[in-house]
Amino acid sequence: MNDRIEKFSIIISKGSLEGAYPGLIMANGARAEGMEANLFFTFFGLDVVHKARHEHIKVATVGNPGLHLPTMLGGLPGVSTAMTAFMNHKMEKLDIPSIPEFVDMIADSGCGFYGCKASVDLFGLEKNDLIPQVQDIITVGEFYDIAAGGQIIFT
Amino acid sequence: MLMTTIASNAVEMNEEGFFVHPEQWTEEMVPELAARDGIDALTDAHWTVIRFMRRQFLEKGTGPTVRVLGKASGVSIKELYELFPKGPAKVAARIAGIPKPRGCI
Repeated sequence: MNDRIEKFSIIISKGSLEGAYPGLIMANGARAEGMEANLFFTFFGLDVVHKARHEHIKVATVGNPGLHLPTMLGGLPGVSTAMTAFMNHKMEKLDIPSIPEFVDMIADSGCGFYGCKASVDLFGLEKNDLIPQVQDIITVGEFYDIAAGGQIIFT
Repeated sequence: MLMTTIASNAVEMNEEGFFVHPEQWTEEMVPELAARDGIDALTDAHWTVIRFMRRQFLEKGTGPTVRVLGKASGVSIKELYELFPKGPAKVAARIAGIPKPRGCI
């Protein structure tokens, strides 16, 4: 029991459904186990906490061999939307919360939420474009300060 | 497995402090079990959660996750973490004398 992880910081860098959920599940699980947890959203991962976009996170149907869908087909209009609806439906049946609901729940659990300054600048965003659960826009150095003494996972 | 005495009764626990035999648990053990998890002042809200855990386990054979607790126990996620800072479902399951709930969300 001495090797117990006490603190966990997760970087979410992707804005796809399959890119967002694993990090969210790990953060939620860390809090449920009583660990300190932080989420850091960078690059397209910012969409997960973007006010206008976090309700529309989609499954990547192109360049995703795990989906076993021919790339040409995955690129057709509406395929990503249909695949996302199918996936959301399956998850709803398993009682897995939607991304906005999950983010809300994780924030309520006391997990830290941070946006990446370089990415926010790159995309021309402001703190106001992100959901209120995001506590701060921070630099990579500040992230390492916050993550100090714990494990860091990049997703 | 460890044999321990809680409220003058011998109980068997696993290494993580969960009851091996949930039927050995009684409500009289709750204050002592809570204290072992660092909770000295039990509020009505603690009791609501502990009783809910117990009831769900008896009905379904497994304890609820934090998400289920938040949706169905009448105590919000925020409050759950205030009541059980070391993990609501995990710690409440330990105090309610039931196995650790299994579930990823």
